[in-house]
Amino acid sequence: MTTETPTTPKAPGRPARIAALLGGGAPVYALLAALLVALAVTDPGFYEPDRLLAFIRRAAPLVLLAAGQYLVIVCGQFDLSVGAIVTAGVVVAAELYSEFPGAHWLVVCAVLLGAGALVGLVNGLITTGLGVPSFITTLGMMLILEGGVFFWTGGSPQGYLPDDFRAIGRDDVFGGLPWAVLVCAVVGAGAVALMRSGFGRTLIATGDSERAAALSGVRVHRVRTVAFVLSGAAAALAAVLVGGFSGVSAQAGSGLEFEAITAVVLGGVLLGGGRGSVVAAMAGAFSLTALFTLLNLQGVSGALESTVQGAIVIAAVGLGAADWSRLRRRSPSRGGPPS
Amino acid sequence: MTAGSPAASSTGRLAARLAWRLSDPAVGVWLAALGVTLLGWIVVNARGGDFLTQPNVTIILQNCVALGLIALGQTMVILTGSLDLSVAYLVSLGTLVAAETMDGREGNIAWAVLVVLLLAGAVGLANGLIVTGLRVNAFIATLGTALILRGWIEDTYTGPAGSVPGTFRRLGYDRIGPLPVSVFLLAAVAVALWLICRRTRLGHHMYATGGDEHAARLSGVRTHRTVILAHVLCSLCVGAAALFLAARFGTGSPWAGTEARYDLESIAAVVLGGTLLAGGRGGVVGTLGGVVVLAVLDSVFNQLSVDPFFKNVLRGVVIIAAVAVWTRRRRRGAPRRTA
Repeated sequence: MTTETPTTPKAPGRPARIAALLGGGAPVYALLAALLVALAVTDPGFYEPDRLLAFIRRAAPLVLLAAGQYLVIVCGQFDLSVGAIVTAGVVVAAELYSEFPGAHWLVVCAVLLGAGALVGLVNGLITTGLGVPSFITTLGMMLILEGGVFFWTGGSPQGYLPDDFRAIGRDDVFGGLPWAVLVCAVVGAGAVALMRSGFGRTLIATGDSERAAALSGVRVHRVRTVAFVLSGAAAALAAVLVGGFSGVSAQAGSGLEFEAITAVVLGGVLLGGGRGSVVAAMAGAFSLTALFTLLNLQGVSGALESTVQGAIVIAAVGLGAADWSRLRRRSPSRGGPPS
Repeated sequence: MTAGSPAASSTGRLAARLAWRLSDPAVGVWLAALGVTLLGWIVVNARGGDFLTQPNVTIILQNCVALGLIALGQTMVILTGSLDLSVAYLVSLGTLVAAETMDGREGNIAWAVLVVLLLAGAVGLANGLIVTGLRVNAFIATLGTALILRGWIEDTYTGPAGSVPGTFRRLGYDRIGPLPVSVFLLAAVAVALWLICRRTRLGHHMYATGGDEHAARLSGVRTHRTVILAHVLCSLCVGAAALFLAARFGTGSPWAGTEARYDLESIAAVVLGGTLLAGGRGGVVGTLGGVVVLAVLDSVFNQLSVDPFFKNVLRGVVIIAAVAVWTRRRRRGAPRRTA
């Protein structure tokens, strides 16, 4: 994750090799490094350990969502339902606690994770089994979840989350290390291990060419469904963090699906699948959070913030696309045709 | 051969052609619209209501206009293999600019219409240039444009602004018999776009680009120009929708587009109408059918006073189910068509 940044300045003069090493994620590491430097210049106290950890804690939900979204995107699909899963997760947790006030936080977390995985399973089965484009499946799922949660709670989610549940989102494990950072690190390590395993390779192969993967014996449907399940579970975990950090709100997850996709694409992952690394995707999430933090510190008015964000996202992805095409995709067919 | 066989084979061919016709989603979605209307009429009448009254039909048609115009524009970009997520904020901005430019004076109407269409065209041009020139994926490019527009709106306006003179408001309220005047605007735009799609070189190039951009390029289609023009057409339709909504509200509203979620709703309507999200197949007629289905469903739910949140749940289910049916048919129909 953040420790990856120092690799960028190493070995100058061999950009192509570095790019190959980073799996096309070079622009995002450069972007993240630039943003972190800018943060240090703007706010000298930013690198004090507790504030840095607080920054990582704030980034954690988006990092989890980006890791889950990466799995879905790299096999050629979308998951637009994650924002709704976060909202639904927070509201459902509050409802669970108002039904069973004495419930152990582990049980509630397990229920949420199970429910998130179930939503992912439904997404995956509809997408692969019925052949509905995942954009539409997860868009429909988003409508269903949001509508369902508000219908259930009568429009305004009530209740509160007890302290032991909220501890994961806002408290420390020991010695100033927040729970969220730990969760983030564990999920990150898990995602890297997953992508290095056989499953990860088949996932990327599926996104690269579904037909070729199927012909070489990959169970394409099953692989994709598992990706959706993991994305749903990651979103539920993010809901636990968001609920702990900011409490019950009907807006808890609104817009997070687009932020997660933006983070993944910032990380140089190709929409449509088959290319990109999960570390770069998570670095994209850190970059996005660093960008928000920087805009806040710079005192950009809240309204103009989204304008700057939009411009930077377009510019970063545009630059990434340009570098990418020069370094890697020098296929003759792209050079000559009329423009 | 016996005398009977030509006749038999011709009826067989007729049946085959009929089946082929029915498997065309554009026909299917209109049948679905008819079915939904009948079903709604039966259900509402059974509950002692009255569905097909003149005011109700007028309301349904009026609700079709805004979504219809935007979905028609969205059809153009989706056919070309692109996507536009910036339509919701562009609609909001369009109503604000229209109402502020008119400022309650009749003399400003023509100027305001021109300004709104120019603004919309410029946004479409920017979208197209970012997608083609910078090679940013359309999803991210238009999401970025949406964020930029959002910042502009939130920085400049805090609430409704401007006012629309009475003459122009007649576009939103006048009707001829049961037909609102605005339906003629929708019809005119639909016919124009249908002609562009089916009868002009640009239309054929759009289908070719959406079907296989690489092949289209190699066959001499200027794919970049085609994508840019599709984006401009889309934004012009959105501009028209903004003018209609300004006439309807009588003022400019910063939430006109986002509250109705025109970005995702329009994509849902397009896909409901049988246009492939990947591009290259589908058309104007199907999209109009999809819009009618959504509008009639909405009206039925309102008449039955279904909870607005539960309405979202049902809408999500309907969208997924409808697309699943289209995909089924297409899968079954595919070998026959290629044969």
